[in-house]
Amino acid sequence: MKLTLKIWRQKNAKAKGTFVIYKMDNVSPEMAFLEMLDSLNKKLVEEDKDPVAFDHDCREGICGSCGMYINGHPHGPVPAITTCHLSMRYFKEGDTIWIEPWRAKPFPVIKDLIVDRAAFDKIQIAGGFISVNTGAAPEANSILIRKKKSDDAFDSAICIGCGACVAACKNASAMLFVSAKISQFALLPQGRIEAKERVKAMVEKMDEVGFGNCSNSGACEAECPKQIKLTNIARLNREYFKAY
Amino acid sequence: MSKVLFSSISKKFVMALAGLFLLTFLPVHLIINLMLLKSDPEPFNEAAHFMATFPLVKIIEIALIGAILIHIGWGIFLQIQNWLARPVGYVSGNKSETSFFSRFMIWTGASIFTFLVLHFFNFYFVKLGLVAGNPEDFYSLAHNLFKIPAYNYIYLVCFSLLGFHLYHAFSSAFQTFGLNHRLWTPVVKVVALIYAIVLPAGFAFISITLWLFR
Repeated sequence: MKLTLKIWRQKNAKAKGTFVIYKMDNVSPEMAFLEMLDSLNKKLVEEDKDPVAFDHDCREGICGSCGMYINGHPHGPVPAITTCHLSMRYFKEGDTIWIEPWRAKPFPVIKDLIVDRAAFDKIQIAGGFISVNTGAAPEANSILIRKKKSDDAFDSAICIGCGACVAACKNASAMLFVSAKISQFALLPQGRIEAKERVKAMVEKMDEVGFGNCSNSGACEAECPKQIKLTNIARLNREYFKAY
Repeated sequence: MSKVLFSSISKKFVMALAGLFLLTFLPVHLIINLMLLKSDPEPFNEAAHFMATFPLVKIIEIALIGAILIHIGWGIFLQIQNWLARPVGYVSGNKSETSFFSRFMIWTGASIFTFLVLHFFNFYFVKLGLVAGNPEDFYSLAHNLFKIPAYNYIYLVCFSLLGFHLYHAFSSAFQTFGLNHRLWTPVVKVVALIYAIVLPAGFAFISITLWLFR
C-alpha cells in the first residue's frame, strides 16, 4: 500500500511543533501500525534524520504506552483496541493518516507523539491503592465476594491508564480513568475501608492537575480500548457524595 | 469545605440540580401559555396575574431566578475550565461516537439565554415596570408579538435549540447524581426524548397557531 502520513513533530516540550508529511511505499496490510512506524523510523535513521518518537512497550495491548491520536480517534478508528493492536489492513491504498499526540493540558508533549502522563500517576499516588502490610498473601477464600461484584471490579481494574479517555473527551476530562480506579476498590470489601479518603483525595488531585469536567458525552467510553463503562463515572459520583 | 464545594463533581451536581429545577417550571409555563389559544383573554390574564401576585409563587420565582443564575454562572465557569484543559486541539478533529447534543450545550444554552433576555424585555420587565406595557394584559401583548414573523422565527429556532439542550440535560443530570442503572437509564433516556420533544413542540404549536391562524 502507498500511504501518506502526517505526523506531529516536536523537538522537545518547549519547541513549537508542526506536522511533517511522509510518503510510505510498500506498507503491508499485515503490518501492525507500530511496525509501520518502525519501518518509517528505519528509513529516517538510514537517511540520517531524527526518527519519530512514540511510546511503546508491551505491544500486547496491556501496558497502555502506545497512545496516539490517529485520524480523529485515540488508538485509531477501530474500537476496543490499543494502537499496537491496530492493523494496517484497516487502511486502504492512498489513505492519508493524521497522527497526533494526546492533547490535554495535564499531558504536555515531551517529544513528537510522546506525552507526559505523570498526571495519572499523581492521581494514583493520591489514593489509588489499598494500605496493607506486606507479607504472605492472605488466604483467598477468607473474605467471600459475590461473583457479580468481583466481575464488575475486574472490569474496572482492566483500565490500563493509557489516557485515551482524556484524549477523546472534548473537555480533556479524566473522569473515566479515575472512576475505574475508584470502582475497582469500591466494589470490594478490602477497598471499602479507605473508600472515603480515597475518593476525596483522587478527585481533589484530578482537579488540581488541570483535567476538564465531565459532560457525560460518552466519548471516553466509545474510545476506551478496555471498554470501561460510563457506569463507573456514576459510581464515582455516588462514592464522592457518600464521602461527605 | 471550599474544596468539596468547588470540586468538579460538586459543580456538576449543582449545575444539574439547578437545571432540573428549571425543568419543572417549563410544564407550568406551557400550561399557562396554552390559555393563549382561547379567544377569551380572561383565563390567561388571570393566570398571569396569579403568577405575578401569589406569595408562594413569588418565593418560587426568586428560587427560579437563582437557579437560572447558578446554572448559567457555573455553566460558563465549567466551560472555560474545559477549554483551558485542552489548549491545543486536534487537526484531525474529534470523530468519537458521542451523544451528539452534548457537544453543543454551551451554544444551545447561550441561545436559550439570548431568548430569555428577549423574553424578559417583553414580559418580565413589563411586569416589574422596567419596560413600558400593560402588565394586566399579557394576552394582547403575546398575541401582538406572535403576529410579528421575525419574532416567530426566533421563537421557533430557540425552542428547537431548547429541545436539543433538554434532551442531553435530562439524562445527563441523572448520571451526574450517580444514578446509572442497567434497566432504568434507558427509560430515563426515553423520558428525556419525550420531554425534549413535547415541551418545545407545545410552545411552538402555540406560536404557530397565533401567528398563522388567529
